[in-house]
Amino acid sequence: MAGMYTTHMHLPRMVDMKEKVAEFWQEEASLSQPRKHTLQPIVTGTSVLGIKCRDGVVVAADTLGSYGSLARFRDISRLMKVNDSTIIGGFGDYADFQFIMKLLEQQTIDDNVVGDGVYRDAPSIHNWLRCVLYNRRSKMNPLWNTIVVAGRDFAGKPYLGYVDKIGVSFTDKSVATGFGSYIAQPMMRKAMEENPNMSVEEAKRLMERCLKVLFYRDCRSLNRFQIGVVTETESSISDPISAETDWSIGANPSGYE
Amino acid sequence: MSSIGSGYDLSAGQFSPDGRVFQVEYAIKAVENSGSVIALRGKDGVVFGVEKIITSKLYEEGSNRRVHSIDTHIGAAVAGLLSDARAVINRARDESANYRDTYQVPIPLKSLTERLGKYMHYFTVYGHLRPFGVSILLGTWDETNGPKLMEIDPSGTARGFYGCAVGKGKQNAKTEIEKLDLSNMTCKELVKEVAKVIYSVHDEVKDKHFELELSWIGKETGGTHQIVPQDIFNEAKTYAEEALNDSDDEDTDM
Repeated sequence: MAGMYTTHMHLPRMVDMKEKVAEFWQEEASLSQPRKHTLQPIVTGTSVLGIKCRDGVVVAADTLGSYGSLARFRDISRLMKVNDSTIIGGFGDYADFQFIMKLLEQQTIDDNVVGDGVYRDAPSIHNWLRCVLYNRRSKMNPLWNTIVVAGRDFAGKPYLGYVDKIGVSFTDKSVATGFGSYIAQPMMRKAMEENPNMSVEEAKRLMERCLKVLFYRDCRSLNRFQIGVVTETESSISDPISAETDWSIGANPSGYE
Repeated sequence: MSSIGSGYDLSAGQFSPDGRVFQVEYAIKAVENSGSVIALRGKDGVVFGVEKIITSKLYEEGSNRRVHSIDTHIGAAVAGLLSDARAVINRARDESANYRDTYQVPIPLKSLTERLGKYMHYFTVYGHLRPFGVSILLGTWDETNGPKLMEIDPSGTARGFYGCAVGKGKQNAKTEIEKLDLSNMTCKELVKEVAKVIYSVHDEVKDKHFELELSWIGKETGGTHQIVPQDIFNEAKTYAEEALNDSDDEDTDM
């Protein structure tokens, strides 16, 4: 909706500070500099986990924003409630994720403002994110994120999707990003095999267990995390939870000597 | 009318010798021909009410709405040409999206009114443009600043109000509104009064059918602008209809 009238040159244009700033830097850059793109993520978030269960979807991520190997920001949220049907979780560059959150926030407002009750379900949001991320990578300027989309479709069925910075997207019964795909994904698959009809509560406990193992194994993780749940009727994200840890088990694993 | 035939009313690009811009005055006339629109600012929010005149029974109920949400936290009601109103509403939405994008906070009503007033004013200073035949009422509420209500008329002038009425029944509505103790009333009480005012200013002789539209924003809605829920709407409507019947009875007694 934004910028709807800006192409009509006889109409007054909106005062747009961002545009002015962008113009300034464009002028600066055009003096002789080559064009630069994002080459690596700066402040990063680690694994996001998601799992489908009997009566909903559960998604989890810790609250750490790493600056390289430095645990720089320890209280940032990497889960976002998009609307009553969808929660997303972001892995990778946190600034890029904030940008994506901003786009989605405005989109949700635009949907609500119309007032006809029409909204976007999880598959729509997943597909839209795929478009955005693929479009950016095609410009050789990717948004450095992998995003987990947890929610339900218009029919009320649980939905769990994954899309990465080059636009690869799929859905699965459980998804994990980054280091989580090595450590947590096998744990989740095993748990689902043993208990194919998992309840939301059981799935939450499984998430906590996975995140704890990730905290022991992943040096870019934190034992403080949030869990998001989407059920038939609503979506909500928990306050940060701290996991109890016990490092005395460090002596037990063998084979790494 | 002194303006007709003078040649000074053909565009908004020229003053008349006595210092008026007739095109703007005509635009204001367009608003005065519209169904009444009122908004009341109570102690915990703002309530909008619209007398939407139905010119054909074949229209689907609820079409051509006159109350709109601009952003989550801002409601608007429009009087005048509906298609002009839509252009203004769209601009208001663009402006609030733009503000949110830049500053990452919801746009204050004052800023939105300023920007929108500027936009509407722009259309009153060029010969090749026509002013909007629209008056727009804008309302908001938040915990720290309380309720705010503003109106912009076709000239782009913006004012703040405690209670505001535009359209056909403007004069009658204003006298009704002045009787109310607005700053001590809650939204729940105001909804009924808004409905009552709309029903009392409706002229059954001139316009047979009309649809009542009610929306509100305030403590009750958690600072979100929304259409008044069906049960409260029905309650207000019954209250208004009964009040109207009572006053009719009094008239016949005399």
